[in-house]
Amino acid sequence: MMFGEIFNKIRKKQSTPNEAPSHWVKCSSCQSLMYYKEIEKEFNVCPKCGFHMRISAQMRIELLSDVGTFEQKDTTLTPIDPLKFVDKKSYVKRITEAHEKTGRNSALISGSCTIDGVKAQLIVFDFSYMGGSLGSVEGEMIVRAINRAVQNKEGLVIVSASGGARMQESTFALLQMSKTSAALTKLTQAGLPFISILSDPTMGGVSASFAWLGDVIMAEPGALIGFAGQRVIKQTIGAELPQGFQRAEFLLEHGLIDMIVHRANLKKTVADMLRFLIQDVPTDAFELKIKQ
Amino acid sequence: MATYLDFENSIKHIDEDIANARIKADTHAVEILERDLEKEVQKTYKNLSDYQKLQLARHPDRPYALDYIRLLMSDAYELHGDRAFGDDLSIISYIGYINQRKVIVIGEQKGRGTKNKLKRNFGMPHPEGYRKALRIAKMAEKFHLPILFLVDTPGAYPGIAAEERGQSEAIARNLYELSQLKTKTIAVVIGEGGSGGALAIGVADRVAMMRYSVFSVISPEGCAAILWNDPAKQESATKAMKITAEDLKKLNLIDDVIDEPLIGAHRDKLAAAKALGEYFINSLEALDAMNEDERLDARYNKILSVGAYKE
Ligand SMILES: [Zn+2]
Repeated sequence: MMFGEIFNKIRKKQSTPNEAPSHWVKCSSCQSLMYYKEIEKEFNVCPKCGFHMRISAQMRIELLSDVGTFEQKDTTLTPIDPLKFVDKKSYVKRITEAHEKTGRNSALISGSCTIDGVKAQLIVFDFSYMGGSLGSVEGEMIVRAINRAVQNKEGLVIVSASGGARMQESTFALLQMSKTSAALTKLTQAGLPFISILSDPTMGGVSASFAWLGDVIMAEPGALIGFAGQRVIKQTIGAELPQGFQRAEFLLEHGLIDMIVHRANLKKTVADMLRFLIQDVPTDAFELKIKQ
Repeated sequence: MATYLDFENSIKHIDEDIANARIKADTHAVEILERDLEKEVQKTYKNLSDYQKLQLARHPDRPYALDYIRLLMSDAYELHGDRAFGDDLSIISYIGYINQRKVIVIGEQKGRGTKNKLKRNFGMPHPEGYRKALRIAKMAEKFHLPILFLVDTPGAYPGIAAEERGQSEAIARNLYELSQLKTKTIAVVIGEGGSGGALAIGVADRVAMMRYSVFSVISPEGCAAILWNDPAKQESATKAMKITAEDLKKLNLIDDVIDEPLIGAHRDKLAAAKALGEYFINSLEALDAMNEDERLDARYNKILSVGAYKE
């Protein structure tokens, strides 16, 4: 496939992710077994069947941002346990474990960067941190990114991958839905665009708040996206769910998203949308492309 | 016929004795029994567990949105439809007067009895319900009518058609729009405030809860199933999630707790409606005293202030 070559060029200039993967990866769709480097260079798109496997937050940032431009923000925000929540484990323990696993204090990475030359605030969810769940820290980080976007007159790009609101923060988490949604009104008032990218999976409180408020909403092929979990729906209606239910293609068919974008085209598509929608962004690069 | 929960059994017995004494016209016995009842009510309801409060929030005799509308509004007309897809009957809306003030009420309506439960989809709206709410909220904004939202839902409906029509989008849109809606808004959780489906009509200048209502990110059953791998652990989940009006007020996540009668709205609908009506009118007067910019800033800052973190 063509895009492999393009990515190869990009990746040579970039550092390798710190996560050490096992050497063989099995495609969860076609079951092909591939050497990890082969699949990594395609940013986890199966070279055999095109299936978009999940991708680490770090890799996602490498995919979207121009080399060396990503400046991470808000790393000092740390969750606390306002309810002294204990289920089978305490929330404090879960936070500690998530930190040990990912080296981070939140389910997202936020920063400023350029995307194909266009300045933007970029947020990427990290599903490996407590299922990418939305809690107080994540809500606050999204608000701060919006504020920076308004201040710098930049667009906002969020790549969601989340099971929804974080139960251990209960109503604090629920109210991050209204908090992030309300903050987006300021971006609108400033005339700045929000590009929302829904990746596998984007569910519950994340899908039912900021993620579905994008001026342009993109989804990755095959991504599971929806409000209610499939198990809950099955239990409620007492029937099997149709093939492809809550997948990106289903959403497109029902008019709920703007486009499905292959990972190989994601960076350019995002950058082009930002260029279309931001008034005073330099358009040289774009004009050049038209001439070609 | 009244429904009694397990912990209301002693009250049930006294109620039955009072009814019998009335039949026999034994006024003396009625008097004594009513005093007993008062004591028993104090004993039973003063120290309710969170789980018992949850049961009261879901009590089948608890007044629903329509009950409050009938008790509080005059010259009320129902407004229907989202102007796009349909008329979701789990969301109701009335235009009329409360205490001589022109208002619009938008509420989630659970049904009473099998037929009505089905008609109201057990108070679980589809996307068109939330879009109907927003459509009418925009009309209220246009004509400067204050809105009373009555929140009472187990949650937004989890079904195939709901997903096809964009349940997430509908909820998200309401969160976005209601944060900036120019007209005065007051939201009251009257029973169950189930997750995003409740929040979708729960963003307002003032957010209050009736004494025995709950507001949660997920149902305790759902939480127990996921975090404990055991739906039977719902009592533990209820406690851990801190979902009662009292707890949420302590956590500063809601503005006020409405003084529902101690014996519960299900046993004294009139007193409950009076408390809600008074709260609404008083809050409205407080909001009248603010200019629009002030009020909208205060609403926005309140929504943005929620969060528990350190740095
Ligand atoms: Zn494959």
